[in-house]
Amino acid sequence: MNIPPVQPEDEQLIEPVGYDFGLKRRAFVQLLGAGLLVAVSATPALAQRRGGRGGGGPGNIAARVHLGKDGTITVMAGKVEGGQGARAELSEAAAEELRVPVSRIQLVLADTSLVPDDGITAGSGSTPRTVPAVRHGAAAARELLINFAAKRWGVEPGTVQVQDGKAIHSSSQRTLSYADLAADEEAAKGLDQAVPADVALTPVTEWKVLGQPTPRPNARDLVTGAHQYPSDISRPGMLYGKVLRPPSYGAKLTAIDLGPAQAMKDVVAVRDDQFAGVAAPTTFLAEKALDSIAKTAKWEPAPHPASKDLFDYLKQHVPGGVPANPFADELSHAKHALQQTYHVAYVQHAPLEPRAAVAEWTDGKLTVWTGTQNPFGCRSELARAFHLGDQQVRVIVPDFGSGFGGKHTGETGIEAARLAKAAGHPVSLRWTRREEFTWAYFRPAAVIQIEAGLDDKNQLACWHFININAGGSGIETPYLAGKHQSQSVRSESPLRQGSYRCLAATGNNFARESFMDELAAAGGVDPLEFRLAHLENSRLREVLETAAQRFGWKERIKQKNPKLGIGLACGTEKGSYVAACAEVEIDPAGKQIAVRRVCEVFDCGAILNPSNLLSQVQGAIIMGLGPALREEMNFENGEVLNPNFRRYQVPRFADVPELDIHLLNRPNHDSAGAGETPIIAIAPAIGNAVFQATGVRLRSMPMRLPA
Amino acid sequence: MDSTITFTVNGQSRTVTTDPQRPLLDVLREDLKLTGTKYGCGEGQCRACTVLLNGKSVASCVTPVRDADKQTVLTIEGLAQGSQLHPVQAAFLEEGAYQCGYCTPGMIMGVVGLLSEKPKPTEDDIKTRMQRHLCRCCGYPNLTKAIHRATALQQGK
Repeated sequence: MNIPPVQPEDEQLIEPVGYDFGLKRRAFVQLLGAGLLVAVSATPALAQRRGGRGGGGPGNIAARVHLGKDGTITVMAGKVEGGQGARAELSEAAAEELRVPVSRIQLVLADTSLVPDDGITAGSGSTPRTVPAVRHGAAAARELLINFAAKRWGVEPGTVQVQDGKAIHSSSQRTLSYADLAADEEAAKGLDQAVPADVALTPVTEWKVLGQPTPRPNARDLVTGAHQYPSDISRPGMLYGKVLRPPSYGAKLTAIDLGPAQAMKDVVAVRDDQFAGVAAPTTFLAEKALDSIAKTAKWEPAPHPASKDLFDYLKQHVPGGVPANPFADELSHAKHALQQTYHVAYVQHAPLEPRAAVAEWTDGKLTVWTGTQNPFGCRSELARAFHLGDQQVRVIVPDFGSGFGGKHTGETGIEAARLAKAAGHPVSLRWTRREEFTWAYFRPAAVIQIEAGLDDKNQLACWHFININAGGSGIETPYLAGKHQSQSVRSESPLRQGSYRCLAATGNNFARESFMDELAAAGGVDPLEFRLAHLENSRLREVLETAAQRFGWKERIKQKNPKLGIGLACGTEKGSYVAACAEVEIDPAGKQIAVRRVCEVFDCGAILNPSNLLSQVQGAIIMGLGPALREEMNFENGEVLNPNFRRYQVPRFADVPELDIHLLNRPNHDSAGAGETPIIAIAPAIGNAVFQATGVRLRSMPMRLPA
Repeated sequence: MDSTITFTVNGQSRTVTTDPQRPLLDVLREDLKLTGTKYGCGEGQCRACTVLLNGKSVASCVTPVRDADKQTVLTIEGLAQGSQLHPVQAAFLEEGAYQCGYCTPGMIMGVVGLLSEKPKPTEDDIKTRMQRHLCRCCGYPNLTKAIHRATALQQGK
């Protein structure tokens, strides 16, 4: 199996807040603490600190697998669990190669003092990169056990097998365990060797654990409430924090009186340049204290465009202007020439657990428990903000309450740490839903312009595609086209923006797949046939043809019904392939779109955990209904107008369509990540279905029928 | 002005002296360290904070703690009997009805509340009640299976 190189993070959009609490600003710090500051003996975060293994690269075997003399097997990885299934998948990976059941694996994730730096958990990278890295480390440990046993027994390593965690010499019926290896001083030194690059991994045909449906190892703690999410972490003497937010985007704090908060018993208040916040023994008191100083704050507002003007604003703020179509000449000679513009609104991840962190200072060192997808990046952010070395900061990421690309930055940890520093106590900070909807970052909005021409055989003669602002994920067309160019150009985003499940690939596929349907209609060709006539990639063809066949496309497309439409779309991204067919119902008044049925076929190579994969595909489709039909950030005068679940309506039970999901297993292909790509086909399939029913083409996400 | 609130939480009598306006959610999490009940929105819109107050499911984020004075509260921590999971918990575990799991305690309490109010809920009862609960991972298919399994278990099927 080839391990793809770590990609530059060009597909991740990370915009940290950029806090700087340097020494020079000390003069601005106003510290208050009335009665509460009793000395507490802060217990060291964790006794078993091992230090300094976050250096990146494959490292030695011990950095990945720790074998206890008591038989415990601890595996370490720098990835996080936010519901996408990394914990089960990485446990399976280790169990497979160590030849033990998953239940034997104790998996430590994302503690920067304990685990290797496996990079950000994003871009569907855990499956193609971290699973092989864990497998290599575990396989190397297995080989050590074989060699240790062979040496002790004086037999050939080839005659030793590993089963259920034991090396076995079957002819002499002798066994040795991983615990025996750990207890042998000489043999255990082998664990300090680098993971050999050529260590043999278990071939797919011999997988016993990988490829099997595997529940999340800590699932029981989820249903009992025992699992501690970042917002559940409690430390001795801990206070609850609140941070003052500007009344509008870009507003600058010019004055504030901390007095009213100071007057409250047990409340700590701090201002440090633009940062102001409070900490108190309860969230309720912290809120009261914050309200009291917010009333005294003076702000200097800044102009900010409204969402109703957003798309013009984005077009007008492209540095150097929007590039012209280099194929204007080809377009003018085409039999059918088409140009269209598509829009994608800003949307929010709205993870159910808002950003949360607990920060604790001990002897000048900082420990932060937080829900981030980027533990080592978050550590760097903290180190920068407080002018510390990386080794003075420890970030621990408990399995957290979802991210979807929305938790790549470390601002909450920094804010909690700033408050903790002022208070001299650990501080827990959990953003409110309103804060999350306003001060977190958003999936970039986009203006997408496409121009293309068909020749007299209805083949694409030229293709020009521009994404303004949202980025280049999934921008290259998988379809054959004569002269073609696809490009993304920057603009000035009015909102803080960042990654989101599949990032720009959702908008790019929405525009491309809608436009392909428009071209098919212009040429008078069936949308399925039109796509197949331009597709060479066999895996993409197969998902598309399978979806169409399962859905009964060829028969159903012949029927016309103004209240019931069908549409399809396909795409490829991050090494996986997806196609969806959707059936939509239009209400009698012709205003509401309801998605009744979705058939989606997905191919992500060799399937590692089919039950988790199915959950990811289901979740991606249903989540995708939100930005397709309803979700968009509305803002005016620098204020978000819909910062709550009442006005920003995410999918609920009643939105779930009938789902027919088919997972195409490809044992001969490397496994690709699967948490993202299944989201890209749903919006265009819906838009195409609405067109098929009504003849109305919806070119803006979220899609709404004209009133 | 602080008040003394005495209530039964998961079968135990608890007393807190606190501002009676504080959300029940905060008192459970911060004073009693029962963190299984989650904050999701603070407005009763997501129901991650669902607990049972006298057997009925409520959004604890918008329930002032004074409403719980001399009343009975059941949280996710009080559901299992020792190591024996409540049937609704068992159904969620069996069906893999979690992704990140953050909505799970509230969902489970919502189903327990529904079944205690209506031991034989109709499909419409289930849909109407569970429509209040949000799962941002959109794990609704497995959640739906778990709810049906739990309902069947309740009815001894």
